[in-house]
Amino acid sequence: MYEFLKTLDRRWVFLLMFLAVATPILLKVTFPEKPSAMVMDVFRAIEDLPEGSKVLMAWDVDPASRGELEPMASAFTRHCAEKKLKMYYMALWPLAVPMIQDSIRILEREYPHLEYGKDYMNLGYKPGNEGVIKVVITNIRKLYTTDHYGTGVETIPMMNGVSSVQAMDLIVNVSAGDPGTKQWVQYVATPFNKRMVAGATGVQAPQLYPYIPAQLIGILGAIKAAAEYEQAVIDGYPHLARIATAKEGLRRMGPQLVGHVLIVLLVILANVIYFIGRRRGDTR
Amino acid sequence: MNNRTNAVWAIIFVIAAIFLGWRIATGNFGRIYVKGDPVSVKAEDGSVAASWQTYTKVPPRDHLESGVSVSIPRTIGLWASAILTLCIFSFLYGDNPFYKTAESIVVGASAAYLMVIGFWTQIIPNLIGNIVPDWTRAWATPGLDPEAKADLVYLLPLILSIMLLWRLAPVGGWISRWPLAFFIGATAGFRLIGFMEADFVAQIRATIIPIWVRNPAGGVDIWASVGALTMILGVISCLIYFFFSLEHKGIVGRTARLGIWFLMVTFGAGFGYTVMGRIALLSQRLEFLFYEWLWLNNPTADAVSGTASLIMPALGG
Repeated sequence: MYEFLKTLDRRWVFLLMFLAVATPILLKVTFPEKPSAMVMDVFRAIEDLPEGSKVLMAWDVDPASRGELEPMASAFTRHCAEKKLKMYYMALWPLAVPMIQDSIRILEREYPHLEYGKDYMNLGYKPGNEGVIKVVITNIRKLYTTDHYGTGVETIPMMNGVSSVQAMDLIVNVSAGDPGTKQWVQYVATPFNKRMVAGATGVQAPQLYPYIPAQLIGILGAIKAAAEYEQAVIDGYPHLARIATAKEGLRRMGPQLVGHVLIVLLVILANVIYFIGRRRGDTR
Repeated sequence: MNNRTNAVWAIIFVIAAIFLGWRIATGNFGRIYVKGDPVSVKAEDGSVAASWQTYTKVPPRDHLESGVSVSIPRTIGLWASAILTLCIFSFLYGDNPFYKTAESIVVGASAAYLMVIGFWTQIIPNLIGNIVPDWTRAWATPGLDPEAKADLVYLLPLILSIMLLWRLAPVGGWISRWPLAFFIGATAGFRLIGFMEADFVAQIRATIIPIWVRNPAGGVDIWASVGALTMILGVISCLIYFFFSLEHKGIVGRTARLGIWFLMVTFGAGFGYTVMGRIALLSQRLEFLFYEWLWLNNPTADAVSGTASLIMPALGG
């Protein structure tokens, strides 16, 4: 057994991981989530805004991070829509545009009373990374002469009185990397003392925690926090519990649990094999 | 791999192929149904100036409703997406031509998408639109501000862009170094300011906190105090670990060792988060394959919501 495990082909580990993730998906295994204090800070940052407040929805994402960030983006969108906030979507990543359109489809389907140009708008993507942030924080119209669909921003009602991102009451950033939350903190939240919350991938989240609470109100780190935030939004607006797509993050916690148990077991097993080998004087 | 392992893998692949073949034979998967809604725009005199159809995706169980049809382009997209996902997954077994093909398609499509979107979101509205606004409005962006005037300052970035592209010319490649130097200088300048303010000064300020944290009742908040003390110890010990002007001996050595422990805990947390992220990505792709492509127990399709059946019932639901 020792020899078999010591020379175990990694493809068996991949197969085990596939089964560990696939089985809860097919059996729809979910677990209850209790929002943590950090998630509740993010929730309250949006919940405490008065109706009609302006929120910049900066989606700096791509399809490769969709599994983690789409549940956050959708939950932020639903929460802001429930609160009747004005949503300004923009992106620093070119492949974020389809995900902004996914968020807008949620608004069109579930909140048909909200109107494009009055309640939400899509400023779209601009190349230039943090250069874009540096411009829009002082003059948004310098860079955004039109919205994503080519409509002049001066004809869009919700752009009245918005000359820069400083007009926003809150910045909500969903970030897959650079440019993303770090740059929004560096060029907007810190120098202009703007209130900001973020949702980030697991890889990125540990680098962002030092910004809390002075520069960032809170962050949703990876799918676990996304699921907790979905739960917080559902607790606040129980009718959302009927919408299956409003529980994407919650659904993904089943595979997470089984996958993590498998990883922990494999780490323990690998260590046991290592120590057995060391005791036997096996240096291979 | 030995022969026995090869045989086991062959059996696994044959079972997967049989399952797929059965699903194809029964025909109950891999289609996208849409419902068309007519949209029309009226002219000032009340006549219809333009009309078209918008198509919304509907669950498969609604396929018998009037106006619902199979969307061929979306179905092709679904199959392309599923096949490319499987091609990428095949790398787990080993490098192979399917993986290479999928990888090349991703790289090529991403590059083309980036070029097209950059052209229409930046070069047209922000560069050409500022230099010749009337002309741009006439052929490309009708929504551009009709009162916009030509701003010749934008000739400068145009010239810099041409100089940058000069690199492709057979002679005078050195010309591209000037705009490059400008971009590097400008980027370094504003990145320096950002880091100094947000990552240096603000982070030092965030570390200057009381070790004994008082609760609203006036007593000591033990856990908050432990947290503050841990943070200060972590910052100081990690800084000392990276301070190489003193030999790591005695109190300095012991503090540096504590710094290593803090760093290891940080790396462990980072690894844990990375595992969580990767499992989330895998589960999202498997959800796509199982729910959207194979129609297995999809919780977002009303047809099977609340049922215990593993396989989505035939189209009639």
